[in-house]
Amino acid sequence: MSDIIKVGMADLKTCVSPNGITTLGLGSCVGIALRDPNSKIGGLAHIMLPDSTAIKNSSNVAKFADTGIDELVKQVVALGARRSAVVAKIAGGAMMFQFSGQSATMNVGNNNVQAVKKKLGELKIPILAEDTGLNFGRTVIFYPENGDFVIKAVGKPEYKI
Amino acid sequence: MSELTVEQISENYYDVLKEIGNIGAGNAMTALSTMIGAKVDMRVPQVQLLEFKDVADSMGGEEQIMVGVFLGVEGDITGSMMFLIERASAKHLINKMMMGMATEGEEFNEMEISAMREVGNIITGAYLNSLSTLTNLKIYPTPPALTVDMCGALLSVPAIEFGVYGDKILLIQSQFFDEVEIDGYFMLIPDLDSYTKILGALGMPV
Repeated sequence: MSDIIKVGMADLKTCVSPNGITTLGLGSCVGIALRDPNSKIGGLAHIMLPDSTAIKNSSNVAKFADTGIDELVKQVVALGARRSAVVAKIAGGAMMFQFSGQSATMNVGNNNVQAVKKKLGELKIPILAEDTGLNFGRTVIFYPENGDFVIKAVGKPEYKI
Repeated sequence: MSELTVEQISENYYDVLKEIGNIGAGNAMTALSTMIGAKVDMRVPQVQLLEFKDVADSMGGEEQIMVGVFLGVEGDITGSMMFLIERASAKHLINKMMMGMATEGEEFNEMEISAMREVGNIITGAYLNSLSTLTNLKIYPTPPALTVDMCGALLSVPAIEFGVYGDKILLIQSQFFDEVEIDGYFMLIPDLDSYTKILGALGMPV
């Protein structure tokens, strides 16, 4: 019997097949799923902000794209994943509210997505699939067994990337 | 003073912030009552200082579908404000406002969205108005945006704004009822400087 591990906001956890790992109600935050396809070891991070160096209060590494991805890579490798085999799928980064006069803070979703892509690029971790942006919230479930990243949104049929 | 964190402010001035929430929510309910033309009773609001990850839980879980009204705050203080209400409760209020003409079911049509935006507009306006009167500060709301989605996704927006300063947020839960129980949630998210302005204007030694 397999379990579904839950990751909260500004949180990250690892997961080994046959278990799955989920985070609920991603809005402008981004969920980053990592996986080594051979060992079927994976993990999921739910980051809130792009850059830890821009913030004074940055004690929680899982809150930021840069430090969160570093930490998740470290943890999956510690579990036995091969660093060079690690691949990623990402989801989230929506713009939840539409205003006529958009201010910079309203585009935090896109900022988060860009920061995640930049960090994964620096670490040479390929992004196999993404479901980002637009204007709706997402619940995601990741299965390290086959790499399926299942996405649920309000009023839409469930789909996977 | 500028070195104080939101956590410290919230802990040291909890009673003051709670009272602001109380008065704000009271005013908001009065405005709501006038608008729907019915008596609305309310309980004493609960004010909690919560970590982000626990906020959704206190509203019925991250996947609970809610209506979120989000607006900016400008003037002497800056920041934003959010009002959240569960979907069925929102429908109930809209139905009252539209003299029983609201549609059945879970979906909102364009007119209902527009009515709900108006509800949000009026009650957040009343909330901010009372804060403005209390502090003698100029506080102007920007036109609100409305989204129906999962609670966690809606909350990510204020959480991200607030996340720049800290990990906790002040949540004001206001329970009100006419024939049915309705839980509404207010979150005022002032910038750090605005916090000290509000407290200073109330004569707090900051």
